[in-house]
Amino acid sequence: MISAGDTAWMLVATALVMFMTPGLALFYGGLVRSKNVLGTMMQSIISLGVVSVIWVCYGYSLSFGPDMGGIIGSLQWIGLSGVGTDPGPYSDKIPHLLFCAFQLMFAIITPALITGAFAERMKFSAFLVFTILWSTFVYFPVCHWVWGGGWLGKLGTLDFAGGTVIHINSGVAALAAALIIGKRKGYKQEPFYPHNLTITVLGASMLWFGWFGFNAGSALAANGTAAIAFFTTQIATAMAVLAWTLADKIFHGKPTTLGAASGAVAGLVAITPAAGFVGPLSAIMIGFVAGIVCFLAIMIKEKLGYDDSLDVVAVHGVGGLWGALATGLFASVGAQGLFFGNPRQLAIQALAALTAIVFSFVVSSIILLVLKKTIGLRVSEEDELQGLDLSQHGETGYYLW
Amino acid sequence: MKKIEAIIKPFKLDAVKEALNAAGVKGMTITEVKGFGRQKGHKEIYRGAEYQVDFLPKIKIEVVVESGMVDKVEETIMQAARTGKIGDGKIFTIPLDGVVRIRTGESGNEAI
Repeated sequence: MISAGDTAWMLVATALVMFMTPGLALFYGGLVRSKNVLGTMMQSIISLGVVSVIWVCYGYSLSFGPDMGGIIGSLQWIGLSGVGTDPGPYSDKIPHLLFCAFQLMFAIITPALITGAFAERMKFSAFLVFTILWSTFVYFPVCHWVWGGGWLGKLGTLDFAGGTVIHINSGVAALAAALIIGKRKGYKQEPFYPHNLTITVLGASMLWFGWFGFNAGSALAANGTAAIAFFTTQIATAMAVLAWTLADKIFHGKPTTLGAASGAVAGLVAITPAAGFVGPLSAIMIGFVAGIVCFLAIMIKEKLGYDDSLDVVAVHGVGGLWGALATGLFASVGAQGLFFGNPRQLAIQALAALTAIVFSFVVSSIILLVLKKTIGLRVSEEDELQGLDLSQHGETGYYLW
Repeated sequence: MKKIEAIIKPFKLDAVKEALNAAGVKGMTITEVKGFGRQKGHKEIYRGAEYQVDFLPKIKIEVVVESGMVDKVEETIMQAARTGKIGDGKIFTIPLDGVVRIRTGESGNEAI
């Protein structure tokens, strides 16, 4: 018997998560040079289109369909056959189709996150193919393993809203992409500063707002767990903002707006797997550490020298890893972590994280290398200089003159 | 007749405009430019990546005046645009061959 209250909330939560994708478009868009603003935003926006279609065709079925050997879902729900308004296997309070829609929004934003790593230099056609292949061969399987009845979930992995499925997954793919695609022309030689941090801050705010749907909505109900997830999301993010701002002041001399916005995203990422499983005090610590650790990860990136243009690895990869492990430390609601007497959880979390890291890196690399050898990943040198907006889309972002 | 080009600090624009009006120069064209002379730029930091920004925003004012007015106009701009700190700008005076008012076809000093 579906619950009107739960269904109403989940409809809203689904829309909130959708809102995060244009938020991401703005967040990334402001960080690139103006000649690439539309190309960058387009990569997020087009994901709304592409992933929605493949989700309906086969994505939902592979991710959440009847389990086959713990590895993947069957094709029983191909074309969403059998997925209707009756409560489905994942919740008995909301229509199955609504659960499907909610999960779709997660599937959409995950490949969009990766785009930050190859900002300003990827061919649009190659990007479309990459999105389809990556979703199919990386996202759908890992999603199934953790959430869809697969082996990691059965092992007891705790991932409330997608620290492993979304953030470690995309963060590691971002590393593979940055390494395989290579640096932007002029990287470290010419100044590449963010052309419009106002839209970056706006984007970060939209992400924060939408993330309440992402985390609290993962309770799949309008209940106490959702309230816990909502609250821990807010407090962890708040602490991460302060931590990053503090780190900015200490290491670079001035507290920056970009730092505050980045800290917010780092905190949101880290609390994602833990949101419904930890208390507010734990959330404070999870958020604070996330701000520091992700900040330091960027400094390490500078030393290592790869061009992960918008710091996807540092924020989503490292942040997601911290969040997954932190869940194993701090879980106290509905499960217990190390600090609450259960060391086994941390081991399970580490195993799941490691699995995702290896799997995502290997498969993402294969996909990228195949595309590199066949259709090519990068725009031509001329196109890169002209900018994605003109070369890929025939448009100009700003007619200020 | 002469063309006077002045590079000034952006926040001085209003003061210079008022002063020129009072001195009898009613028309002008301005452009937003960037540049530097002896004024040092500044450092900006984005996620730990440091950028040295040397080109500073300035305003270029262009006015056309009768040759006899040049000294007065230069003095007017200097008074209004000066702060005493490095980066106040420069004034260039350039000989001009002619000027035509598009609406009426007037030329020479009548067109100024």
